[in-house]
Amino acid sequence: MRPDPQVQNGTGSHDHGTGPHEHAVDEVPHTHPDPGVDPHAPLTSPVPGTTRPVRVGIGGPVGSGKTALVAALCRALGDELRLAVVTNDIYTTEDADFLLRNGVLPADRIRAVETGCCPHTAIRDDISANLDAVEDLEVSLGPLDLVLVESGGDNLTATFSRGLVDHQIFVVDVAGGDKVPRKGGPGVTSADLLVINKTDLAPLVGADLSVMARDSAARRGDLPTVFLSLVDDPVAGMVADWVRGLLPARTDRRGGPAKLVP
Amino acid sequence: MTGLATLLVLADGRLPAGGHAHSGGLEAAVSSGRLRDLAGLSGFLRGRLATTGRITAAFAAAACVAARTVRAADADADADADAGHDDALDRHRLDALDEGLDARTPSPALRRASRVQGRALLRAGRAIWSVDPAQRDRHHPVALGIVAAAAGLPPAEAAVAGAYGTVSGPASAAVRLLGLDPYGVHSLLAELAGECDRLAALAAARAGDPIDLLPADSAPLLEIGAEVHANWEVRLFAS
Ligand SMILES: Nc1nc2c(ncn2[C@@H]2O[C@H](COP(=O)(O)OP(=O)(O)OP(=O)(O)O)[C@@H](O)[C@H]2O)c(=O)[nH]1
Ligand SMILES: [Mg+2]
Repeated sequence: MRPDPQVQNGTGSHDHGTGPHEHAVDEVPHTHPDPGVDPHAPLTSPVPGTTRPVRVGIGGPVGSGKTALVAALCRALGDELRLAVVTNDIYTTEDADFLLRNGVLPADRIRAVETGCCPHTAIRDDISANLDAVEDLEVSLGPLDLVLVESGGDNLTATFSRGLVDHQIFVVDVAGGDKVPRKGGPGVTSADLLVINKTDLAPLVGADLSVMARDSAARRGDLPTVFLSLVDDPVAGMVADWVRGLLPARTDRRGGPAKLVP
Repeated sequence: MTGLATLLVLADGRLPAGGHAHSGGLEAAVSSGRLRDLAGLSGFLRGRLATTGRITAAFAAAACVAARTVRAADADADADADAGHDDALDRHRLDALDEGLDARTPSPALRRASRVQGRALLRAGRAIWSVDPAQRDRHHPVALGIVAAAAGLPPAEAAVAGAYGTVSGPASAAVRLLGLDPYGVHSLLAELAGECDRLAALAAARAGDPIDLLPADSAPLLEIGAEVHANWEVRLFAS
C-alpha cells in the first residue's frame, strides 16, 4: 500500500540527512543520505601516499535483492570507477554467474568465495577467504577504487566484520513484510545504509511503507534509509550516490599504486 | 614465555584461518553414500588421522624446526650484523618440505585446498604473531610449522595441532552436513586424542629426517573424492 503522503509529512516519520523537504504525491518515503559527509575516519594505508580500495559490504536476508543491487551499482559506477565484486554464496557461484550473464562486469572483476555452510562466518568470524579474494583482485587488476562484497543470503543477525569492509549496506525487501524494520537485529539497526527494496511489490503484499519508514527511523537513529525498487530504478540512483560519497576525492584516487591488504 | 594456552589459541577451531569452509573430504564421502552416521564418521576420522593426519603432523613438526632455526638466525643477525650464521639451508628446507607435500598429494584439488588454507593461516599468523611477511604461499602443514614457531611453540605442539586439525575440521563439518549429535561427534574426537598425541611425539622425534624418509601415507579415496568434489556445480564446502 502506498502510504498517504499527508500522513507521511504530518508525522514526520522519516528523516532527512539534509533537512525536511516535500515529497510528490506518488513518491515513496525515503531519507536522504548526504553523499558529501563521510562519518568514518579516512582509510589508513601501510604506505603513505597510497590508498587501497574502499570496501563496501552488501548483506541481508535471502532473496532481498543483494545481487540485483550489486548489478545496479555496477551499471551505475562501472564506467566511472575501477570496480570489482566478491560474492559469498552459500553453495554455488550463482550470484557470480548472474553478474556474468547480465554482463554488468567482466569475468576477471568478479570472485566467488565458498563459505562451507556458513555464509555469516565468512563475512564476520573468519574473513580470511574474502581478504584473499580482494587481494587476488588487486594483484590481477592493479589499483582499484571500490570493491563490493556481497554476503550470502542469511538472516537478520548477519553483519560484516569491520576487518573486511569499511561500510556496509543491509538490504531487506518489502515482500518479507512491513514488520522487518521493527524486528531490528544488527543488520537493520547498525548498517551504514539500510535499503528497503522491492517497493513496487508493496501493494501486492499489503506492506505499509510508512510503517517501515517510521520503524527504521526509530531503530536507526540518524543512520540513513533508502526505499528502492530495482524494477523501477535499475541503476539504484540513490544508493549509487551514497557509494560515491564514500570515495576519496577523485584526484587522490588516481594517485599511487594499489596497496595489498596486510 | 609460551605455554599451553598459546597452543589452545593456535588449535582453536575458531582461529580465523579459513578452516570452516573445508570439510577435509567429508562432503565427498557423504554424497557418495559411504558416510551416513556416527559409525561411518568414526571410520572416516580414523582413516584420515592415520594418513593425512600423520603426514600433517610430520611436516608441521619439521617445518617448525626449520622455521625456528631461521628465526633464531634472523634474531642473531639483528643483534650482531657480523654473526654470519648461514641459515640458507633452513630456508631451503621449508621450500623442500613444500615440495615434499606436493609429491605426497596427487590430487590438484587437494594441493589447492592445502595451499589456500596455508595462505589463510599465514595471514592469521602475520596478524597475531610475527610471521615473516615473505611467507605467503605454503602448504597448510608447512604454514602451521612456521606459525607455531612464530608463536614460540615447539615442534611437538605444532604437530599435535596439525594432527588434531585433520580430524576436528571434518568432525565439525559432519555436524553441519549430517546433523549428527554433537556430543557423539566430540566423543569420537576425544577417543582419537591419544592417537593425536602419539603421532605428534613420533613427528617431533623425526622432525630432522630427510624429506624422503618422512611419512607418505596415502588415502586414495580422499584424493579421488577431492577431484570429483571440485567439479560439482553445487557444494557446501570448498574441499
Ligand atoms: N519486484 C522486484 N523484484 C526484485 C527487485 N529486486 C530484486 N528483485 C528480484 O528478487 C529476486 C532475488 O533477487 P537477488 O538479487 O537474487 O536477491 P539476493 O539477495 O542476491 O538473493 P541471495 O543471494 O540468494 O540471498 C530476483 O528474482 C530479482 O529479480 C525489486 O526491486 N522488485
Ligand atoms: Mg545474491
